[in-house]
Order: sequence, then C-alpha cells, then structure tokens
Amino acid sequence: MKEDPGLFDYWPYDNRPKIEWPDGARVAFWVAPNIEFYELDPAVNPHRKAWPRPVPDISGYGTRDYGNRVGHMRMMRVLDRYGVRGSISLSTALCDHHPEIIELCKERGWEFFSHGIYNTRYTYGMDEAQERAMIEDAMETIEKHTGQKCSGYLAPALTHTDITMDLFAEAGGIYTCDLFHDDQPTPVHVRSGQKFISVPYSLEMNDTIVYAVNKIEPRRYGEMIKANFDRLYEEGKESGVVMCVPLHAYQVSHPHRLAAFEEALEYITGHSDVWVTTGREIAEYYLENYYDAAVADIASKAG
Amino acid sequence: MPLDPSYLEYPHRSYGMDHDLYDWSMLVSRKPVEWPNKARVALWVNVSVQYFPLNQKGQPFPPTGGMTTSYPDLRHYTLREYGNRVGIFRLLQAFDRYDIKPTFAINAQIAERYPYLVNKIVEREDEIIGHGWNMDTPHYGGMDRSEEAEIIVRSLDTLRKATGQPVQGWLSPSRSQSANTPELLLKNGVRYMCDWINDDMPYPFRTKAGEITAMPLSLELEDRFIMHANLHSEYEYADQIEDAFDFLDAEADEQGGRLLALSIHPWMLGQPHRIAQLERVLQYVSANETTWSASAGDILAAWQAAQD
Repeated sequence: MKEDPGLFDYWPYDNRPKIEWPDGARVAFWVAPNIEFYELDPAVNPHRKAWPRPVPDISGYGTRDYGNRVGHMRMMRVLDRYGVRGSISLSTALCDHHPEIIELCKERGWEFFSHGIYNTRYTYGMDEAQERAMIEDAMETIEKHTGQKCSGYLAPALTHTDITMDLFAEAGGIYTCDLFHDDQPTPVHVRSGQKFISVPYSLEMNDTIVYAVNKIEPRRYGEMIKANFDRLYEEGKESGVVMCVPLHAYQVSHPHRLAAFEEALEYITGHSDVWVTTGREIAEYYLENYYDAAVADIASKAG
Repeated sequence: MPLDPSYLEYPHRSYGMDHDLYDWSMLVSRKPVEWPNKARVALWVNVSVQYFPLNQKGQPFPPTGGMTTSYPDLRHYTLREYGNRVGIFRLLQAFDRYDIKPTFAINAQIAERYPYLVNKIVEREDEIIGHGWNMDTPHYGGMDRSEEAEIIVRSLDTLRKATGQPVQGWLSPSRSQSANTPELLLKNGVRYMCDWINDDMPYPFRTKAGEITAMPLSLELEDRFIMHANLHSEYEYADQIEDAFDFLDAEADEQGGRLLALSIHPWMLGQPHRIAQLERVLQYVSANETTWSASAGDILAAWQAAQD
C-alpha cells in the first residue's frame, strides 16, 4: 500500500491557466445517470460482501431493480425536457439483460462509459490480468452494443487497485470519474505516460450519497444542486469549471424526489453561459486545448 | 493470490433477469390500469401491528426497529408497545376522520397477546394480512424449509382463527424472505405478498407452486424509513408524501392508474407530535376527488381485472 496514490500532483486552484469552454460558457455541466445491474446471487469476493443480508437480500436487490423497471424512463423524460444528454455510467452486462434501455439511450445520442460489468463484481483482489480482462470486456461490450468507443471509467462500486487508471488508459480510455479532488479537469499520471485526465464527477452531488448516505431530504437536494451551481457559475467567470450531477434511477426517480430535482435542472439549464454537455466532450475538449498548458503549469509550481 | 477464476465468469449474463422469479418488464411498456370510477391514484395505507420481544435473538440479523441496547432494552420495548396501546387509536381516529380504508399487517403473536386490539380491527371490517409470527422471527436465506413452513402455518392459522378473515396477503417481518417464502405462502392460501420493493405497481411472481402477486409497498415512503432511518422530521415526512402523491397523480393522467402505498407504524406516527402530520397527509390525498382509498385486496382485484 502507498501513502499517496501517485495519480496527481498538488496544483492549487488559484492562478491556473484560464479555461474557456465553447461559446464562452462558464460551467461545463453534465449529468451522469448510473445505469446498473446488481446480481441477486453474485460470485463471492473475499474482500467485500455484496449484500448485508443472506441471499436473497430482496430489499437491496429490489431497490436497484426498481431503477430499471420504473425509474429509468421517468429520469429520461426529465432529461429530455431540458435537452440534457446523459453520460451513462453503465454496468455493461445491462446490454445483455435490458437492451431496451440501451436502445432508448442510443436513440438520444447519450454517451456510454464503463462502470464495470456488474455493480456486484468488485475489483478488490484481482491481479493485473484479471482486472485487465474485466476492463476490456466492459469496453468491448459497449462498442459491440452501442457502436461507441468507451472513453471514460467509473470503477464498479468504486472499487479499485493501484493500477486501475493504468489499465484503463492502456485499454484506450481517456478519462476517469473516480477522483474527487478538483472542480476542473486535471491530468492524471499513468505508467504508460499517455495523456489521461480526471473529469470532475461528484460524490457531493451524487443522489445515492445524498439520499442514502447523508440522508438529505429531496427538496433540500434540489437546493444543494442550485447552490453548488450558483457558486461555480460565479467562479466560472474567471476560468471554466465543471459541474456533474451523478444520478441513479433507483434513487432520484421515486415519486417523492423527481420534481425537486427537475426544478434544479430547469434552473441550471435556464442560465445562458452553461455548456450542457457530456463527459467525453469535456475530456476531448480539455485534452485538445488545455492539457499541455496544465502539465506545464503544474511542473512550474512543483516544489 | 488472484481471485478465483469463476469471479470473471457471468453465467446469467443474458436477456431478462438473472433469475426466473419474475419477468423483466418496464412499467411504461405495460397496459394502463383503470381503477374503479376512473380514479387516478389508489391509496393503500398499510398499518403494521408489531410485537418486538424483549429477549431479541436478532439472528441472522436484528429486526428493523428492534432492540438495540444490552438486555433489557426497556426503552425500545416500551416505545414499540406504545404503538399497540396508545398510538394505534390515534391512527384509527385519523382514518375515520378522512374516510380512509386501511389494511392491517399483524404479527400473529399480537392476536394471542392483545385480542382486544385485534377484535377492534375486526369490528371495523378492515382487511387483515399476515405479518409473520413476531418481529424477531425472520424469514431469511438459508433458513430450514420445514422450520419456515411451520412458522407460516402457525402465523396464518392463529390470525385466521382470531379474525375470521381468509388472510390472503402477507408482509414478512423486516421485509425479508428466504428463497422458499413465496412458494410456502402460496401453498398456504396467500395470494399476494408485499415484501418486494422493485416496482410501483403489482406484478406476477413465479413460484414452484404457481403464481403469487407482488404488491409494491414502498419502502422509501415508509414512515419508519423517512423519520427513523433517515431522521427527517414529521413535517418533512408529510412534504415527501404530498410530493409523491402529486407526482403519481400527474403520471396517472398519462399512463393510467397509479398506486400510492403508505406503510406506517403506530409506534412512529401514533406519537402526539407526529399524528397531525399523518392527518395532514390523509387530508391532502383524500381531498382529491380522483383518489381511491381501498384495501390491499380490493386494489389487487381491480389490478387483476385490468389485466384481462
């Protein structure tokens, strides 16, 4: 185990090279629906239990299944209403289990990125060959079912090894959603020396963390999203920032929650200087225009 | 040591679910349901009447809402008993005031311990469904099949004898099932179960003995989940139920009848400082002319009629 993951250098927020998003936008705003499949009786990982209760843990399983049966379509309609294309963090086995959902997302030009194969298969304990096989399987599945080359990664159930970023970059990925250290994209070190970056995803704005971990009321979640946006929109006058709202149809799409979220989405998309975009578009734009300047600036501030 | 190679094998990675308990189906793709009198939202209020033993074993997991301190946990024992002695009568008054037809899920041991209370509910002619033996008698994965069958038979027999009702619905303690629970329930005359939380409408569920119906009793909207697990206030509870109702009412306009399923507990909402918020919710929901307040069994019958 290492004391520092070695993925990025300290790089203070002030005095960075200015980022200008397309059309002078101050905030690159993206929404990342996690479309997940949890197994009722998954293979056992010795490092993490899948379910708190003995199999069948119908509460845990049923909670997630609700998202696919009921929640997905509700969430999709709300995103449609405000012209938001989702960037899907996908349990790629869902391409096999629920192709209807994949089709609906494809029709809308949503981005698909990898969230592993199942959200009940953890990376803990895998050796390099196993993790590479899992990462490549998921990326190939996305390409086969959607025609898209997978660009981004959120590790399944946020489980990692020391070489997760290295392996994903070597398999052709360009951005990770697993790091929460910044409000702007940042370069990430990988062993191959490839250009690879972190695109700000968020745990603070993530509906599962908000509702299920922090126990926040639905109307308050809407207020938090607006407050988060207001501050970033203000700061974005100086240099472009990123705001992401990660969602789960099994959380936000419950009848007592969706309206408050929709109100926040309406608020954000009602601002003029917002680039409503996807994770891949942010990553590509940043790599093309700002990556080199960022690396040089970080080097100049080292030590 | 890497993981066992089987960890990278996915035997159920194919169309539909990873089991054969029910079919994969999106709510939007189903035939719209029409409730009686063209109601938009059916209101199902489930009151769980529960007994939490002081000498809780808590195996293989402690009951939801059970004892938490070292023995004897008099604080939680008495807070739960408060519901059976005091709180429930506040609930009954609230139902009558707003003309609500509740359904009662009753631990069978309550019928042995408090026949007065069960008779009171029977006299109201409200529907009664099974709720297991008591809160410390869970149904769980890996449990001995004959042991579970005995608990189900004993619970249903006790409740049927005490109420004179057929008892055709079931809610497991802590909403936990074994792989055998649905089949054992069906074999013992239960037609619907309320444990699964993966849908907002009823759906058919397969067992070796035939089909049982899964009735979706929302966990996220449960009083205990919102106020006891999430620690939201009673005012925020009422806000969330009203928001849920408004949402379902609007969705029903486009997609056919919807179901607002409120799972409540006398030991939660029956407290003097909370009861007004239940009344607020019942008033709000029942004030809408297109709400249909009905028992779980009547809602199930209407749903089944709409499937043909």
